[in-house]
Amino acid sequence: MVRDNIDTARDNVDAERVRALYRVMARIRAFEEAAEQVKVAGEVAGAVHLSIGQEAVAAGICHGLREIDLITSNHRGHGHTLAKGADSTAMMCELLGRVGGTSQGKGGSMHIADFAVGMLGANGVVADGIPIAVGAAHAAVLMAKDIVAVSFFGDGAVNRGPFLEGLNWAKVFDLPVLFVCEDNAYASTTRASAVTAGAGAAARAEGIGVPAFTVDGNDVVAVDDLASEQVRAIRADGGPRLIHARTYRLKPHTVGFQDGYRDPDEVEARYQQEPLRRCAAQLTALGVAEAELAAIRDEAAAEMAAAVAAAMASPWPGPHLAFTDVQDVGAPRWPF
Amino acid sequence: MAVLSYREAARQAIAEEMRRDPTVWALGEDLGRGGVWGQYGGLVDEFGPRRIADTPISESTIMGAAVGAALVGTRPVVEMRFSDFALIAVDELVNQAAKMRYMFGGQARVPLVARLPIGLHGASAAQHSQSLEAWWVHMPGLVVVTPATPADNKGLLKAAIRCDDPVVYMEHKSLWLSEGEVPDDDHVVPFGVARRSREGGDITIVSWSRMVHLADQAADELGASGISAEIIDLRTLWPWDEDMVCKSVARTGRLLVVHEAVQAGGFGAEVIATVVERLGSGLRVPPRRLGGPRIPVAYSKPLEDEFRVPVARIVATVREMLEGERT
Repeated sequence: MVRDNIDTARDNVDAERVRALYRVMARIRAFEEAAEQVKVAGEVAGAVHLSIGQEAVAAGICHGLREIDLITSNHRGHGHTLAKGADSTAMMCELLGRVGGTSQGKGGSMHIADFAVGMLGANGVVADGIPIAVGAAHAAVLMAKDIVAVSFFGDGAVNRGPFLEGLNWAKVFDLPVLFVCEDNAYASTTRASAVTAGAGAAARAEGIGVPAFTVDGNDVVAVDDLASEQVRAIRADGGPRLIHARTYRLKPHTVGFQDGYRDPDEVEARYQQEPLRRCAAQLTALGVAEAELAAIRDEAAAEMAAAVAAAMASPWPGPHLAFTDVQDVGAPRWPF
Repeated sequence: MAVLSYREAARQAIAEEMRRDPTVWALGEDLGRGGVWGQYGGLVDEFGPRRIADTPISESTIMGAAVGAALVGTRPVVEMRFSDFALIAVDELVNQAAKMRYMFGGQARVPLVARLPIGLHGASAAQHSQSLEAWWVHMPGLVVVTPATPADNKGLLKAAIRCDDPVVYMEHKSLWLSEGEVPDDDHVVPFGVARRSREGGDITIVSWSRMVHLADQAADELGASGISAEIIDLRTLWPWDEDMVCKSVARTGRLLVVHEAVQAGGFGAEVIATVVERLGSGLRVPPRRLGGPRIPVAYSKPLEDEFRVPVARIVATVREMLEGERT
């Protein structure tokens, strides 16, 4: 059932939905650009993995989810987190390690979580979010809760054991999990195709009986159409599905990382295919004025500028907080 | 009080907790037929295959799924069969379970119990015999439990299931059939409170898990020659009862720690270092420890025996410590 480019019944594409998708993508883009700026300015201590160019996957997948649905993400998780409904100021505070961060400054970019909106965590270990989403779905079934769990992971994750184990588990237990392989073409700095045998994520999923679909991950409407359809199918019959979304990482692996392993022309060509540009073209075709799109982008940029300002103004956490929330039993004492 | 086996005591603990709390469930390989040690015997009949879940042989995902299941409000009991196999799931236990509460700024709780049976048992050789308790003590976020008696295996397992922290629960495989009196009521043993299994005035022997029983045998022998050993079963290694150990050593002036695990880097080193830091000159002789040599566990009996700390060595070491002081 691998489909290259789902036929997105374009007649039914309504401007309101596409506008909403565009707005989410614009907010992700603006957040990432702001994060890049503060990282370059030296305000962010740790690594920042940007998802610029991949916004359509986060926006399209999350559009059909409800707040009680759950997601797990990976190290490149800002977009998924925003699309699921997390607050941009709390996320920016977390990047800067300040009070008010989603993880109280204890996690940073790679460990953003917002349980209140069903975001069970970004993850610093490739593929580790997969079994966590599977287990959350397993527990939901045990407790007779009607939820879908979505796991976002990259092309690199399909070469780790948890991918096979998690898919097998979800199939065996018939769990409501949507696996999303967000294939940005590079596993860190190695071209994914050079280190991945066979036909990739969807073929592997089909090999163990999980219905799998491939979609143009830069076409937000196509992603939303497919994801919404598959989430409905999961809600109807409970079993897992996999979406292989092909996209492209326009920025280096992390901010400031040497990007010398790929041809600049390749990157430049991909900019022509980036999802905001394509969505804008769709909206224009639907009769939405460019001024309106510019207003959406400006609003997003203003939101993120305010988030940065709020984060910069937020105090550093007191050192005693390094000793809280470790564990209840045998908890550490401060000062050591 | 009823006389139960160590295994039956644990089975009873799980059954009672599952009756009490519908969010408790167990997952692992072969649980439906009672688990590889029979420690889940018959539970599937009462609770059904959804709550006593047979899983694929996918240790990382057994643990990883339990992490996800714990995050959303259930209390999974994770069976690893052998602590050796839990090494496949170290990432999920150390990088995920132990850190999520902290890493996510207190949003998360991971109330899972990971059962990791340890120890020498039935000529099981190098990949089925290890005692790796010290590894987990090193990990912030984890609780580490090593029951020695049936009563404790019931009371500590119930405490582990009720605990909101991830608990590494290490039963000794050679103790499954050992018997002892177990309270009938809702018997819950708090973490971090050691058990003084024998009072004595000449030396403090600190141990845990199966070696407590060997220390007891050694104390019987020593008692016959007029040496009175106090034995402290730590029961939990994190948190551990520093106060009970230090008070005892302050009184006896002598400390011997006995464990089955490899001595180098073992938890005995932590106990001794802590006591020396706290008591210093209060010790009458330098503390000693007895653990396994730093060799893999061999299969053939005479070779496997080289790994063991026999009762005779405990007796001899105590005698050396008392005699050494006189000379």
